[in-house]
Amino acid sequence: MSETRIVSGNFAAAYGAKLSRVEVVAAYPITPQTEVVEKIAELVADGEMDAEYIKVESEHSAMAACIAASNTGARAYTASSAHGLALMHEMLMWAAGARLPVVMTNINRAMGPPWSVWADHHDTLAQKGTGQMQFFCENNQEVLDSVIMAFKICEDEEIMLPAMVVEDAFILSHTKEPVEIYDQELVDDFLPPYDPDYKIDVDQPLGFGSLGMPDWYMDFRYKKAQAFEKTPEKIQEVNKEFKEVFGRDPGGLIEEYKTDGVDVLIVTMGSISSTSKDVIDELRDEGHNVGLARLRTFRPFPVEQFREITKGVNVVGVLDRNYTFGHGGDAAREIKDALYGHRDLILKDYIVGLGGRDLTPKILKKVMLDAISLQDKGLDKEIEWVDLRADRKKWRG
Amino acid sequence: MKEIRFHGRGGQGAVTASEFLARAAFAEENDVQSFPMYGVERRGAPVTAFTRVDSKAVRNKAQIHEPDIVIVMDMALLDAVDVTDGLKPDGKVILNTEKAPEEVDLGVDNPKYTVDASSIAVEHRLGSEVAPIVNTAILGAVVRATGLVKIETLVDVVRKNAPAKKEENAKATEQAYEEVRGEDLE
Repeated sequence: MSETRIVSGNFAAAYGAKLSRVEVVAAYPITPQTEVVEKIAELVADGEMDAEYIKVESEHSAMAACIAASNTGARAYTASSAHGLALMHEMLMWAAGARLPVVMTNINRAMGPPWSVWADHHDTLAQKGTGQMQFFCENNQEVLDSVIMAFKICEDEEIMLPAMVVEDAFILSHTKEPVEIYDQELVDDFLPPYDPDYKIDVDQPLGFGSLGMPDWYMDFRYKKAQAFEKTPEKIQEVNKEFKEVFGRDPGGLIEEYKTDGVDVLIVTMGSISSTSKDVIDELRDEGHNVGLARLRTFRPFPVEQFREITKGVNVVGVLDRNYTFGHGGDAAREIKDALYGHRDLILKDYIVGLGGRDLTPKILKKVMLDAISLQDKGLDKEIEWVDLRADRKKWRG
Repeated sequence: MKEIRFHGRGGQGAVTASEFLARAAFAEENDVQSFPMYGVERRGAPVTAFTRVDSKAVRNKAQIHEPDIVIVMDMALLDAVDVTDGLKPDGKVILNTEKAPEEVDLGVDNPKYTVDASSIAVEHRLGSEVAPIVNTAILGAVVRATGLVKIETLVDVVRKNAPAKKEENAKATEQAYEEVRGEDLE
């Protein structure tokens, strides 16, 4: 029987792994790690979850162990956060290059210094080139749902790539809200056991992780790129199937909230999307023609979908909970890339909520009103940092 | 939407209180959210926890800055924390003290309710005399003062979810519900 429980985003991830019948979990349990792996350790120790639990000496080793496990044909999972994820960097590339469908949860925390345990997306976005799919969640239910869906997408024989399901630190990870924990049989029907064509098998020796000479390497990359190009369609297909079975629609690549015929489109990622929906409703009640696009997958980046939903839009306001030291935030840059040569519109990038700075409905409304005002006054600046200590009056007054 | 803020000290159970209140409101078919102040936990340090309750979906993921209800689990916090910060003009304050409401000066005109949750907790052997665990007791007072949920629902939640001394915790909740004092209470 499905059951709705009040659980944190950490526990939602753990239950997602449990329901996915993960066979190997490797984890390093020290901060910035959260309770995800603590809860899984408890479930395994209590016999509620039938998985091999490997305690390792670093996050790098955690992913290495998951890679080895996945190579033997086991369903492997881990979780990390911030500096832990950064230490995992090399192995994230390896999992993707070796075409291993390892799924992990990352709790989005800001990178130090200064030290922080609070939410922003820099840690995850710094891994955007590793070949991982990245799913940004809006609430705890979506965390659980996305872990289950991620395994199905990753293990598809046309895909065979790893993924990260990510959630904002504290705002989801330590916040308790109602989450439906599905009936195991329902999940089993949706997600069959992992059974890859090629795996380490002593009775049938094969070579893994070999050298790629210049005459071969590039073609391996091309095949991986081709698989990645198929992920947008596969994600939407699995999303549709998930909706049919579980009655929930997380939105596939982009969740559109009241976007039909809007003049101004606001783009968000992660937990602020949820708060922003309340603000969008308020602005629409006040007569503003504004809607919200929640970017759910940063990798693959939904290029076609952005071209589609910006038809007829005058202004795009992007809320980037990151600053990755290029030119502005990552989401705004990628959206510009997607729209280049296709749309003539105003795009402004708002840098918001770094290191867990709270984003209240009041601040979000000011940001959205600023985007709306660009329709008449034109673009004032390409990038604006919101709610800095020096100009709080502007955003909080 | 009702937004509730708990002020306590590490070890008093403020975070658990915010969760139990959420569970009770959820049992009465509300959407809920419960979360601690995002910080670094230490025993004895001031702790803040929050609960949101609404008959509609709770989508706001920001911290609570303008609460409808404030709960003070330790009166010594009044010197360290501005407990009424942002409190709505008609917002209620529930305090753990042996004093009568009119004897407590918070510098605001909001309705005050008092209950000696520490003594109730000690009476039911919850925590120690020096450091009683007052969360389940104070919740009984909160429910009486605010009508947020039915006392029966709350007591059920306490009995089911208290990690130890389930019956003692349930009794503490019921006793505080009876003993809380406030202008509009009989």
